[in-house]
Amino acid sequence: MPEQRQTIAALSRLLGAGKASSRELVQASLDRIEEQDKELNSFVTVTPEQALAAADAADAARTQGTAGPLTGVPMAHKDIFCTAGITTTCASHMLENFVSPYDATVVERLADAGMVSVGKTNMDEFAMGSSSETSYFGAVKNPWDTARSPGGSSGGSAAAVAAGLVPMATGTDTGGSVRQPAALSGVTGFKPTYGRVSRYGIVAFASSLDQAGVLALSAEDTALVMQVIAGFDARDSTCSPAEVPDYAAELDAPLKGKTIGIPKEYFDAGLDSACGDAVHAALEVFKQQGAKLRDVSLPNLSLAVPTYYVVCPAEASSNLSRYDGVRFGHRSEDADDIESLFRNSRTEGFGDEVKRRIMTGTYVLSAGYYDAYYLQAQKVRQLISDDMQRCFDEVDIIAGPTTPTPAFRLGEKIDDPVQMYLNDIYTVSVNLAGLPGISIPCGSVDGLPVGLQLVGPHFSEARVLNFAHRYQQETDWHEQAPGEGQG
Amino acid sequence: MEWETVIGLEIHCQLATNSKIFGSASTAYGAEPNTQACLVTLGYPGVLPVLNGEVVVMAARFGIAIDATIAPRSVFARKNYFYPDLPKGYQISQFELPIVHDGHITLTLDDGSEKRVGITRAHLEEDAGKSLHENMDGKTGIDLNRAGTPLLEIVSEPELSSAREAVNYMRRIHQLVRYLGISDGNMQEGSFRCDANISVRPKGQQELGTRTELKNLNSFRFVEKAIDFEIERQVEVLEDGGEVVQETRLYDADRDETRAMRGKEEANDYRYFPDPDLLPVELDEAFIVGVREAMPELPRAKAARFAADYGLKQADIDLLTASRDTADYFEAVAASIEDKRLAANWVAGELSAALNRAGLDIAASKIGASSLAGLLQRIEDNTISGKIAKEVFAAMWDEGAEANAIIESRGLEQITDSGELETMVDQVIADNPEQVEQFRGGKEKVLGFLVGQVMKATQGKANPAKVNEILRAKLGS
Repeated sequence: MPEQRQTIAALSRLLGAGKASSRELVQASLDRIEEQDKELNSFVTVTPEQALAAADAADAARTQGTAGPLTGVPMAHKDIFCTAGITTTCASHMLENFVSPYDATVVERLADAGMVSVGKTNMDEFAMGSSSETSYFGAVKNPWDTARSPGGSSGGSAAAVAAGLVPMATGTDTGGSVRQPAALSGVTGFKPTYGRVSRYGIVAFASSLDQAGVLALSAEDTALVMQVIAGFDARDSTCSPAEVPDYAAELDAPLKGKTIGIPKEYFDAGLDSACGDAVHAALEVFKQQGAKLRDVSLPNLSLAVPTYYVVCPAEASSNLSRYDGVRFGHRSEDADDIESLFRNSRTEGFGDEVKRRIMTGTYVLSAGYYDAYYLQAQKVRQLISDDMQRCFDEVDIIAGPTTPTPAFRLGEKIDDPVQMYLNDIYTVSVNLAGLPGISIPCGSVDGLPVGLQLVGPHFSEARVLNFAHRYQQETDWHEQAPGEGQG
Repeated sequence: MEWETVIGLEIHCQLATNSKIFGSASTAYGAEPNTQACLVTLGYPGVLPVLNGEVVVMAARFGIAIDATIAPRSVFARKNYFYPDLPKGYQISQFELPIVHDGHITLTLDDGSEKRVGITRAHLEEDAGKSLHENMDGKTGIDLNRAGTPLLEIVSEPELSSAREAVNYMRRIHQLVRYLGISDGNMQEGSFRCDANISVRPKGQQELGTRTELKNLNSFRFVEKAIDFEIERQVEVLEDGGEVVQETRLYDADRDETRAMRGKEEANDYRYFPDPDLLPVELDEAFIVGVREAMPELPRAKAARFAADYGLKQADIDLLTASRDTADYFEAVAASIEDKRLAANWVAGELSAALNRAGLDIAASKIGASSLAGLLQRIEDNTISGKIAKEVFAAMWDEGAEANAIIESRGLEQITDSGELETMVDQVIADNPEQVEQFRGGKEKVLGFLVGQVMKATQGKANPAKVNEILRAKLGS
């Protein structure tokens, strides 16, 4: 039986060498979920039957010689990815019993590559939140300290990977929902360029910002997964036709002579000083590899959160209009006409944070406010994007902290939305600009992981993964698992 | 006081694509409810709209036909409102940046004068589904077959000044979209319908009066009646010292009146914003040139050509150019015979009447263009008279046979043999001494009667010109 927390690359080697079967790996994953997830609550749905059947198919493929590097490796999907025949709840009462008739593109591609999904991970309801506390199915706990949040919205995926329940889980990142939980849970979390991975089959939150992402144990593993999920999909008009490079091939490229931009605004008063120290230490590692550091400026960074909290609720308010109790999802029993059917189904089906965003979004799009909010936000969004583009004229990549603090306590921010939103300050601008970004573990503060964020220009996935991989070659923060040394 | 009416029309024209504007389901009319509702139609979680490129070409064709600007960049927006037959809770439509804008069309008015009517814009959007109330046991059923069907919404300037003019305009647009092959224009099936914005003002006043909007008018007759009713109603309100309330009204055809919709249904703030799921539609000059090159001849150009090339009467031209199918049919017939007016008379006369009686479209005519040409050729070569030709036509229609076969089997060939005709003429002269006398006394008209008698005796098969000639000779005039 393999020890806990092994990378995809390691498991793939075991499978390839015949030292383990997919059935064993998948069973081990299911066992760990059984043992640990009552406490963590990182899964909404576990599907042992389908998983074991898929594992057997993977083992058969390996016997027949048709296995690829991912074949037979267990994983999990954030419960926002539509999966045929298995509920896709978005951690909402609204979709508690919703079974999609089709697979999301990401689900389909990973299944085609032979990966075995063991279930669907918990998250903030409709991906709205930064703590995975807004889930209808209860908060996810951080495996490093179960009194703390693993971050969100892909908190279930982050916690499951951190705890070694699965070596990889998918996530979605609209304002930091992959990178922030990766930072708070001590795993590698990657958000590709907007348009690099198809959004088809991802329950829409904010369409111009949503992007599928990967939570894994290393940049190397991330590259393996990206190789499969990236690329054109005719079912998503915003999906790029640009060719997908060989991500693994560039992982080891030397960093000598490369330039890293350090935005001074990332290191302002809002940043926890110990986190700042960890990030600075990480930058030294790059320097030792021959990379140059250069100060850059993102003058409009302070506008990123307010801009995001106009654009994102606006789109969400419209995207979530389809949940009206007519065709799918929760339908109120307490309705005697169409008006009350709409009202009561939505009142009962959505949680507070979702309602807050729908109301905010409806407000900013309303006649008389549209220009002042939505239109203005779009203009600022352009400025923020221009700021980042300008940096890339001078530097190859931007580096900084992923979050201002390590994992916060459950309940600490849930009643203070503005405090919660400010946790996204370093991540949202990357979504507003549509850039690829990664968070990798780079230190520890009071036994809690700290995340380093690397952001590259559009479609520079290979470069971002290269920087992250080179860092992980020199350090072992990404190998540190929760609970180690604590018995 | 004298009043002046100002009308603008918004025409919703269903585009003739096979599949929906953003999804794969069929757009065919009349299927069982909800059998043409793909996941995109249903607005399922996670699915995304993908634009059907055909609609862009169709909109561009229309834009070129009305001499409009084809926008190099147009944007789909979301129009947000809750309605049970609107699956996503928003309709995808073009708002600020429509694909076609600033065009016009020329109408020929009743007095023969021409009037140019501006077309503000034409934009692409998706249709909603239908709510069904009949036979639903007091509940409301939803049929989403129509949801996601592509529409071109054509918005005129407020430049129409009577119900009659409005119908004239609507007919011209209807004719145009069918010429362009972008819509079947079927009004019964809802493929072509309009909303009318109507206001009245004292004659000579610059400022527009308060307008009302009449929704969902789906026949030319209703458009005329509804607008006439509404004009009268508004004038009455104003003459009684009241004020017209800006509101949306529905036309009730059974009662021939318009009624205000409940205020709630129109108090919508649609919260338009660009749809982030769709890229802007960007069209370059090469695309527009390509569409322009593939344009069919348009009604006015065709009418002008028919007048110049065939020397037809205006009434015949109007009828023959009413639809592309009719014009094509006529031209196919005309190409096979010498006398183009003969072709026009038959297509506009006998054939149209038969089609009307049978309720058939010309494309479904029981007599094809080449068959009709075959018949007319027999008139031209004097095999049969025009009168016999009508009999042959009727037989062709009923039996589906060709003209020659019918003429032969029924022995309808015209008698042109002089000897045979002379004998008959002699007989008629002998039988009608009174009329012969009258003719000789100078009553020219009587000749017609005598010719008729010969025709009667030959069951119409005599060549009338020849009979005429022989009669005159024998009567010594």
